Amino acid sequence: FLGAGGGNDIQWCFSQVKGAVDDDVAEADIISTVEFNHSGELLATGDKGGRVVIFQQEQENKTQSHSRGEYNVYSTFQSHEPEFDYLKSLEIEEKINKIRWLPQKNAAQFLLSTNDKTIKLWKISERDKRPEGYNLKEEDGRYRDPTTVTTLRVPVFRPMDLMVEASPRRIFANAHTYHINSISINSDYETYLSADDLRINLWHLEITDRSFNIVDIKPANMEELTEVITAAEFHPNSCSTFVYSSSKGTIRLCDMRAAALCDRHSKLFEEPEDPSNRSFFSEIISSISDVKFSHSGRYMMTRDYLSVKIWDLNMENRPVETYQVHEYLRSKLCSLYENDCIFDKFECCWNGLDRQVEFSVIVMTGSYNNFFRMFDRNSKRDVTLEASRENNKPRTVLKPRKVCASGKRKKDEISVDSLDFNKKILHTAWHPKENIIAVATTNNLYIFQDKMN
Amino acid sequence: MFVRGLKRKCFDGEEDIEGTLAGIKAIPSYNLQRQSLLDMSLVKLQLCHMLVEPNLCRSVLIANTVRQIQEEMTQDGTWQMINTQTTGQASLDRLVSTDILCRSSREQAEGKHVTSCGTFSKDFEGDQGQDISETMSTASSVQTPRNLQSNVWEMENPQENKGNFQKSLDQIFETLENKSPNSVEDLFSEVDNSYYDLDSMLTGMISNTKMGHCDGLETFSSPTNTASNSNCKSDLNELDHIVEILVES
Repeated sequence: FLGAGGGNDIQWCFSQVKGAVDDDVAEADIISTVEFNHSGELLATGDKGGRVVIFQQEQENKTQSHSRGEYNVYSTFQSHEPEFDYLKSLEIEEKINKIRWLPQKNAAQFLLSTNDKTIKLWKISERDKRPEGYNLKEEDGRYRDPTTVTTLRVPVFRPMDLMVEASPRRIFANAHTYHINSISINSDYETYLSADDLRINLWHLEITDRSFNIVDIKPANMEELTEVITAAEFHPNSCSTFVYSSSKGTIRLCDMRAAALCDRHSKLFEEPEDPSNRSFFSEIISSISDVKFSHSGRYMMTRDYLSVKIWDLNMENRPVETYQVHEYLRSKLCSLYENDCIFDKFECCWNGLDRQVEFSVIVMTGSYNNFFRMFDRNSKRDVTLEASRENNKPRTVLKPRKVCASGKRKKDEISVDSLDFNKKILHTAWHPKENIIAVATTNNLYIFQDKMN
Repeated sequence: MFVRGLKRKCFDGEEDIEGTLAGIKAIPSYNLQRQSLLDMSLVKLQLCHMLVEPNLCRSVLIANTVRQIQEEMTQDGTWQMINTQTTGQASLDRLVSTDILCRSSREQAEGKHVTSCGTFSKDFEGDQGQDISETMSTASSVQTPRNLQSNVWEMENPQENKGNFQKSLDQIFETLENKSPNSVEDLFSEVDNSYYDLDSMLTGMISNTKMGHCDGLETFSSPTNTASNSNCKSDLNELDHIVEILVES
């Protein structure tokens, strides 16, 4: 499909894979979120064990012009620990649900990471120099005997091995009764929102003891609960506008200037149900698992169980485009309900900003069997690729995969019944500036690049 | 995970009915499938109550599915039929089958007939964990799903929950009273059969034209089998854990 400059298909090549090789997956290693920072130099992952691992891209090697820098581990830290809520006798999982980077303002990097209940602001800073030559202390920190000090000297900075330190700068706690599913930083870079199943709160990055509740859909009588919030995001340009999606397949756009509590939406996006496809599972598969604005803010993309939809913010009654991710699963919904796969929450992402032209053209999302899909909005072409260690030679172009829904299976096609539903790609990310993508399988992180000519 | 021996044929109604007796038995009717889906949904809601807070989105979606099925069954008139089956046997079968699914694998291995029923009649002083109470109340409330909903959502309001909990327990005690002491043991000596029946009902699910497009019996490769089995096992292990905590307290 079309890439930069038009006319050339992007050919994706394997670049790297991170994580354990063996098939026995440790629960704590399950990747739960993936996010590039604003420059693309850093790539963060969060896992079920509460850890954050940040990879840094090597500076481009001038001699190796045919490949971009590799990503290597830059920092690893324990962001969240398991907690116990004594009042309810329930564990609070340390799993990192989301990571969002702040734009860089000085030498240090900042990110927000959240588990089900608590959001933390982490500062990641480098230290590559240390002071040496103190008058009163030895190099190892022991105090010198004052009688041995005969001269004075000024301590100087000397180079040391690079040390990357992560320290928690703010902890935003005790504002969510339900499980946090989203965090989104506002375009003012001073505030952010956090959304749980029933409420959305607005925070100031500097203030941890207060947050404003801006959406509350909890019914007075919990027995009447039929709909929950599934995702939320701020508009990329308008700092008073945000959207949130629901388990009934609706998206609501709210303007914070209209009222303190935004329980009346400015716009409601909903596609009428297709009566021919109605089943007991219709509502479940319409539940939106992710919502992402395009870079311009004119469109937004939603992911439900079987499809990706592109919405024009000016048109509420139906999406402008719908892409089927794995329509062959529609006849298997009952089994997928039984094994709980129907509740899997797939994310989706836009391509990065093109170097020359700024428009959001390609969308990417994951599927089962370690497959992931890309849709080109211009050419209307799509491709299915696989994240697998079998294609692990660098610069090996990924071969498109095809699933045979019914009928005679062609060579190289895989039949629906052979798909591995344990191998799911829920989290993918696209470098903000280049054609580099990060795809997370259960416990491995794959990095693919386009083939540079 | 799936019943063996079923023919891989598209369910298209009359042609199959003309087949052999085995063929007729193999393809569940729409009503039976719908009932299986209802049972499966109720089991899922019960197994929600683990050590970690249940996923509210998932619970809401399952409860909405249950409600949809109820509504359809009410319109069909089949819901009335189930409600009038107040004979002890039918309701106890339901109690037993859903209860067994929640028993820990360890208990079953040791051959202990420690049942939720038994522990309730001995230990009920209002101190029981919500999980077991809700297991029992949802089991008995196949006929009264209204209780079900309040049990699912009131995780954070134990005070309000006690009202519903009390009601459900009353229902259980009522049905038990009609049985002589020995028959409880007899009931559980037949446990294995009813377990397999429900299991085969659940696993015999095929989608038909009413529920969506159909292209025959679905079989999944073994990795998905282990997925559902391990889900079940971990659920059972966690319920076991809860029982441990309660017993120690």
